[in-house]
Amino acid sequence: MAKRGKAALYAAALAAYAFLYVPLVIVVLFSFSASRLGTQWAGFTLGWYVMLLHDADMLHAAWNSLVIALAASLAAIVFGTLAALATHKYRLRFLPVLVLAPLSTPDILQGVSLLVFFVLLNVSLGLRSIMLAHTSFCIAYVAIVVSSRLAGMDPSLVEAARDLGASPWKGFWLVTLPLLVPGILAGGLLAFTMSIDDFVITFFTAGAGTSTLPLRIYTMIKVAVTPEVNAVSTLLMALTLVLVISISRLAPQALKGMG
Amino acid sequence: MALLEIRGATRRFGNFVAVRDVNLEIEAGEFFTLLGPSGCGKTTLLRLIAGFDTPDEGRILLDGRDITLTPPEKRPVHTVFQSYALFPHMTVADNVAFPLRMARVPRAEIGSRVAQALRDVQLAGMGERLPQELSGGQKQRVAIARALIDRPRVLLLDEPLAALDLKLREQMQLELITLQRLVGITFVYVTHDQGEALALSHRIGVMDAGRIVQLGAPDAIYEFPETRFVADFIGTCNLLEGTVRTLAGTRLTLEVAGLGELAASTRAPAQAGDRGVLAVRPEKVRIAAQIAPTPGEVHLRGVVHDQLYLGDVTVYKVQLADGRLLEALLPNSAAGVVKFFEVGDHVDLAWRAEAALFLHD
Repeated sequence: MAKRGKAALYAAALAAYAFLYVPLVIVVLFSFSASRLGTQWAGFTLGWYVMLLHDADMLHAAWNSLVIALAASLAAIVFGTLAALATHKYRLRFLPVLVLAPLSTPDILQGVSLLVFFVLLNVSLGLRSIMLAHTSFCIAYVAIVVSSRLAGMDPSLVEAARDLGASPWKGFWLVTLPLLVPGILAGGLLAFTMSIDDFVITFFTAGAGTSTLPLRIYTMIKVAVTPEVNAVSTLLMALTLVLVISISRLAPQALKGMG
Repeated sequence: MALLEIRGATRRFGNFVAVRDVNLEIEAGEFFTLLGPSGCGKTTLLRLIAGFDTPDEGRILLDGRDITLTPPEKRPVHTVFQSYALFPHMTVADNVAFPLRMARVPRAEIGSRVAQALRDVQLAGMGERLPQELSGGQKQRVAIARALIDRPRVLLLDEPLAALDLKLREQMQLELITLQRLVGITFVYVTHDQGEALALSHRIGVMDAGRIVQLGAPDAIYEFPETRFVADFIGTCNLLEGTVRTLAGTRLTLEVAGLGELAASTRAPAQAGDRGVLAVRPEKVRIAAQIAPTPGEVHLRGVVHDQLYLGDVTVYKVQLADGRLLEALLPNSAAGVVKFFEVGDHVDLAWRAEAALFLHD
């Protein structure tokens, strides 16, 4: 009985993982398919990748995405960490709610409200407005990861630093900040991945003429799922994978903290 | 002049008074212990001395200088935390060097002083390890080395041995006594473990509900508790409630319901009619199959109700005629004799009137 139960458990786990990863595997697979249709196998080719390299619009969109994600996650690292420190220090109940609200607010609502906000303030839509919009939700991701790390930190560590002669500022630089680094890196990575594949908020705040990778893919898919889309998706996946692996090498605790 | 002086310190948290009008003087070179149950305010008082917290009322003086509002980094006072609070991202050597770096001691000097400090706590050669790689006792030693390296005037220790197992705790207690004698620095030690307080301290301040209820040498605190709380909290004590009947100097008799008038002594002025308890330690109670009544002794009869064999001693719980239980302690010092009494045996109990203290309610 126990053996059959175990087999059923493994089968269920396998099904769950299959559900999660088979679609991704299919995308990767078809990015190497020679068929013009993105959903049919017709022999191996690297042609779609070569095509990508010559697709100026696509490259431009990818470059935009990268710049936005970098700027937004760097800004979020600074402001998200500050927000986490403030909520930890002052223990105000409404502050964490304000910081973390973007995580639970529907993207469409954020997109529309940011658009209205930018128009009201006469901010021209484009790369800059997307960066600002992404920063606003990325802060929440950094703040939540850094907060959990702060909450898990022994409060007597900071007191010990003060006790042994460190000014509040030195105590922060020599003890608090180094201990937060894995959380800050993990939060930054999370923010980066959230920014690079964001569609809805970007769509509302991009205005005419500025495109990012997800917007570009969407535009292409409106016509048909081409193998070129599969190829760009595969590259995006590879990038994320490399990021996750490198961060887990840099700070093994960081990913544990996210779980 | 006392090295450390606390004058009328009070600290409130909302409606809760954690420290209530505490006055205390601690001398240079003293091993002083704050002893009390959890929530009695001893850790809050320690934090006031360290500077992590400031009193709502009162002053704290060090060497006659008012340090009440001085931030912790400017006080020549260091703390050994219950959690040790070793910086996990620094090696043992960097942890120990931290106070020297903060004080801008030349780099060349730091290395040799750290090496010496590690040798002093038997951790020579462990400098490059990370705190996570150390055992509990080793972490403890690093925390102490770190707190002593720049020779503070006062070392505060917040239940530093609570996380260690019994054997290691006993060993560390001996090491702490030796270390304190060696460095001559004033130790203020916080614990809820009365055995630890008795073994380590020159003087003990017993705390209850934010107040220091008794201050004195360990033997004075143990032998002559001034309140029922102290008698009960430190060691075990038989407590018999009653009313004072007759008085003669330091002697008095106490009317105890069901047992009649029992002789006792008092160290505080008392009056006939005062209510209180008669406190007598189990080891002061003689127990035997038969004891001839002697003048100046309290004499009671009972039946062995329970016995706790502890190896070196056995505790007998004896039930008196009125049903109450008294404890008597007998050392198992006679060779070859394992048991003196069985449960159900009729026994006599006796103690000298001087051994029974009357304590006011």
